[in-house]
Amino acid sequence: MIRLEALTKVYETAQGPHTAVDHVSFEVADGETCVLLGPSGCGKTTTLRMINRLVAPTSGKIVIGGRDTDSVDPVELRRTIGYVIQQIGLFPNMTVGENIGVVPRLLGWDVARRRRRAEELLAMLALEPANFLDRYPNELSGGQAQRIGVARALAADPPVLLMDEPFGALDPVNREVIQTEFLRMQRTLRKTVLFVSHDIDEAVKMADRIAIFRAGRLVQFAAPDTMLAHPADDFVASFVGSDRTLKRLRLIRVLEVMVAGAVDRVAANGPAVKPDEDLRRVATLFLEHGVGELACVSDDGRVVGHVTREAVAARLAQDGAGDRG
Amino acid sequence: MTRAAALAPRHSALPPLVLAAIAVAIGWGLYASGLGADVLRYQKDIVYLVKQHLMLVGVSGSLAIVSGVALGIGLSRPSMARYAEGAIQAVNMATSIPTLGKLALMMSLLGIGALPAIVGLWIATLLPIIRNTYEGIRAVPEHLIDAARGMGMGPRAILARVELPNALFVIFAGVRTAMAVNVGTAPIAFLIGGGGLGELIFTGIDLQEHGMMLAGAIPTALLAVAVDFLFGQAQYWLVPRGVNPLRNS
Repeated sequence: MIRLEALTKVYETAQGPHTAVDHVSFEVADGETCVLLGPSGCGKTTTLRMINRLVAPTSGKIVIGGRDTDSVDPVELRRTIGYVIQQIGLFPNMTVGENIGVVPRLLGWDVARRRRRAEELLAMLALEPANFLDRYPNELSGGQAQRIGVARALAADPPVLLMDEPFGALDPVNREVIQTEFLRMQRTLRKTVLFVSHDIDEAVKMADRIAIFRAGRLVQFAAPDTMLAHPADDFVASFVGSDRTLKRLRLIRVLEVMVAGAVDRVAANGPAVKPDEDLRRVATLFLEHGVGELACVSDDGRVVGHVTREAVAARLAQDGAGDRG
Repeated sequence: MTRAAALAPRHSALPPLVLAAIAVAIGWGLYASGLGADVLRYQKDIVYLVKQHLMLVGVSGSLAIVSGVALGIGLSRPSMARYAEGAIQAVNMATSIPTLGKLALMMSLLGIGALPAIVGLWIATLLPIIRNTYEGIRAVPEHLIDAARGMGMGPRAILARVELPNALFVIFAGVRTAMAVNVGTAPIAFLIGGGGLGELIFTGIDLQEHGMMLAGAIPTALLAVAVDFLFGQAQYWLVPRGVNPLRNS
């Protein structure tokens, strides 16, 4: 668990003191992903960099796993926190294997163990270890380099991961693929992730909680669905966009609005959705086929229920208190 | 990295076969013209003076590499940031003093003999190494340092594993330039009593003895080629492949 208590950073500038982060407090539970969201200069990156003490807080407290980080040597602290940056920062003088082994080496692992760990991580990221271990970063594509940046952060199996716009430099197609891959990995790894982004779509996709910042202050801290359903103020509403209801559709799965049992009115050979799909698919089929009802078909082809416009509307009217499963 | 690339010469050492061919051609030319026998008359002097010459180059060069890299690293430390640019300006100005002038200055300060020659050569060799070490380290992208700090590297680990390896190609370029200056200037050491092959060259010119002059000039030329070849090979093999333009073009 990570807890921020009245975290504040004031920079002394020629024009007087500038408060970059102003009494920010929130708490991220173990295994959750919290996206720090906001326009540039809102203090989200400074907040992230205070967590691993790359920036020293002016006041306030950061508690990780019950321990005040102020009581730990910053260099030791950083070895227990994975760190991924937008420019990736793979060391060009080291091979992929050596890059992944940086933190393990600092922790005193021997060569064989470092190599085994690198192989394990590459395999997990679907990069053939034999093919990649001895390559240099200048022999990688942008997407491969970014995956290895993530592998490097995970090398010593830190419980906490800090990611500063990690996929920001990738093209949209690659970004989408890596986001999905990361979500899949995170489902088994259950790291506590703090993730800086300025992209609301990325935040909605990745986050269990979104912390939205404006001018150094935390404006709203909520689950994505709640934030989209009930933006705290006009700033949040305009930042998440006027299409926020459409954005919510991806967060709700068919299962949540499905009425169980087959209904005669819905033709089993008409348009159908699966219980695992999200409501974007439902809305698409409603519009394409001009219908208000869809059959839900399980993977083995049985009709298990149906979805109606009314059920969808009723769900969207809710708080969106439901967490993502 | 454009700044670093601009400091790095792209010439590569001549392959050994070409060198052998040149040596054979020179040897045949000397033999055919009868100068070969003249040159060989100075064999004893050559052996003695080559040793002296190598001592001048070796001592001043290795001192310059060690102290130049150390000073370059020192200037690149954040605590030195206030003085570094000024110091590099001074280094650039000092570099523009002709090496003969530096030797003359040393003679007026330290008298004649091997010591002022070595100090003069050391200073001439030192300057490009300081500059390239400093500029090479400064050209290491800030985000690499940030990543290194964020992963829990201390300042010494960052220097040893990130800054120096990534600056190494540029540092080597400085060392090659510096050693070319060193080897090229060493014969002049004779003029301030430092000895070396300059003794045969300058005396040969004065006496219009072509054999004597060549007895000094040929080993000097071979030494220059050999030193550049040596450092070229070191640059090729010691700089990691990922940051070595010679190995990944």
